[in-house]
Amino acid sequence: MPGRVYQCLSKIGESIIANKDFLTELDREIGDSDHGINMARGFHAVLEKVDPEAADIGASLKKAGMTLLSTVGGASGPLYGTAYMEAGKVLAGKTELTAEDMKAALEAAIAGIQKRGKAVKGEKTMLDAIIPASETYAAKIAEGADIVSALTAACQSAREGVEYTKTIIATKGRASYLGERSIGHQDPGATSATLTLEAIRDFLRG
Amino acid sequence: MKKLINGVDGIVSEMLDGMVAAFPQYVKRLEGFEVLVRAAGPTPKVALVSGGGSGHEPSHGGYVGKGMLDGAVAGAVFTSPTPDQVFEAIKAVNGGKGVLLVIKNYTGDVMNFEMASDMAEDEGIEVAQVIVADDVAVQNSTWTTGRRGIAGTVFVHKIAGAAAEAGLGLADVKRVAEKVIANVRSMGMAVNACTVPAAGKPSFELKDDEVEIGIGIHGEPGTHREKISPVNDIADKLLEKILAEGIYKAGDEVAVMINGMGGTPLMELFVANKHVNEVVKAKGLTVAKTLVGNYMTSLDMEGFSITLLKLDAELKKYLAAPADTPAFVQF
Repeated sequence: MPGRVYQCLSKIGESIIANKDFLTELDREIGDSDHGINMARGFHAVLEKVDPEAADIGASLKKAGMTLLSTVGGASGPLYGTAYMEAGKVLAGKTELTAEDMKAALEAAIAGIQKRGKAVKGEKTMLDAIIPASETYAAKIAEGADIVSALTAACQSAREGVEYTKTIIATKGRASYLGERSIGHQDPGATSATLTLEAIRDFLRG
Repeated sequence: MKKLINGVDGIVSEMLDGMVAAFPQYVKRLEGFEVLVRAAGPTPKVALVSGGGSGHEPSHGGYVGKGMLDGAVAGAVFTSPTPDQVFEAIKAVNGGKGVLLVIKNYTGDVMNFEMASDMAEDEGIEVAQVIVADDVAVQNSTWTTGRRGIAGTVFVHKIAGAAAEAGLGLADVKRVAEKVIANVRSMGMAVNACTVPAAGKPSFELKDDEVEIGIGIHGEPGTHREKISPVNDIADKLLEKILAEGIYKAGDEVAVMINGMGGTPLMELFVANKHVNEVVKAKGLTVAKTLVGNYMTSLDMEGFSITLLKLDAELKKYLAAPADTPAFVQF
């Protein structure tokens, strides 16, 4: 029986792999037609490389991040790789995930992505989904919500963030070359980030 | 999609092995990595490493050899290689005089190469980098990722490679590379898009009478599309943007590259070159060197780009220096 962290990574991987063509199609419209292909390749590798029995959440996430870094390529590889590694750092040694742990992990992942990608909110990137999601999550647990209901609200914010990316001009990544022509298209990275959060929520909800 | 492949997954690896089989005198593959290095191994000079996504052949592996690159890292099609691959290339080519990374300006390439650079510096290898951003189709501003690196990169390989071969130190090779980058501008267009094998369909769709102006080299759409016109008119539009940069003044010497995107007949490239050379000369520029061919391609895309490089005595000397690589031989 695989450990919980591996099961959660499997859930994320299943969603990314199932949406491979959809993510690639989004990227075809405003980027270079490879987001789903690259992310699916990365998660196939993650599910091979991460120890299914491991209990240490941090160590497993760090391994997942290093695997994504060395298999995804493009911009998504360093960004997702960094996100998982930074989340892994704050969860090092933990075998249970509290609502506070989840908050710290999300915030560390976002800080890592911002540092690596030199991006801020409003540039039509994954940050436009995960920053509002993280803020909603923090607000919900401050009100005493449990991890699943806080994540459910966070996923709603992430979805709204994806919708928001349709309305703005890309200023980071390859979509930025399109200028105003990028309006009307949702950001593939914001979409895969939202799928990730939803998979975590679905896993924790059981 | 019709492609001469055995399957999508093995393309890059099979291509690299095929290049080694064709050019064993020039290149060998680093076992277990998607990296080509010089067959003869490192020499005590500054080493140059470049690379990027695959699909731009002969870039970048075709330029590994004497007078140009020491190593080339091949990512998946149109996808930046990962840091571990770049790191292996740096270690393999390091001859003790430092390594210069020639990076095309894309978000992913810059991040992956910089992470590899950090890893190499942790091991005590001196690494410097330059970022090529020659595509004038993209406006450069603080609000975008900045201009893309396209065909002008080949001039950086040639000239910085010759400077390294001549024995210049890392800081000087970097200075020469940056001078090329400051003096080189390009712009491209497509008659038809390319098809990424793993995606299976064209990266954008054009009607029979439409062309895409300002395309990049990854099938990303350009700045706009318009009705097709004679190639002289198309070349005029591309040249106009390049010349508007204000780099090239009457009396200057330049090198010209008419670069095919992979699916364009050489006949059409030479037709374009006739006009480009005439226009450039009419502007009072002297053409010291012209390259026409497939140097920085975009799979099966039909189209071309124009590159102008302003030369001074130093750049002219290194451009004229010998090179002996699979895709660029000059005595």
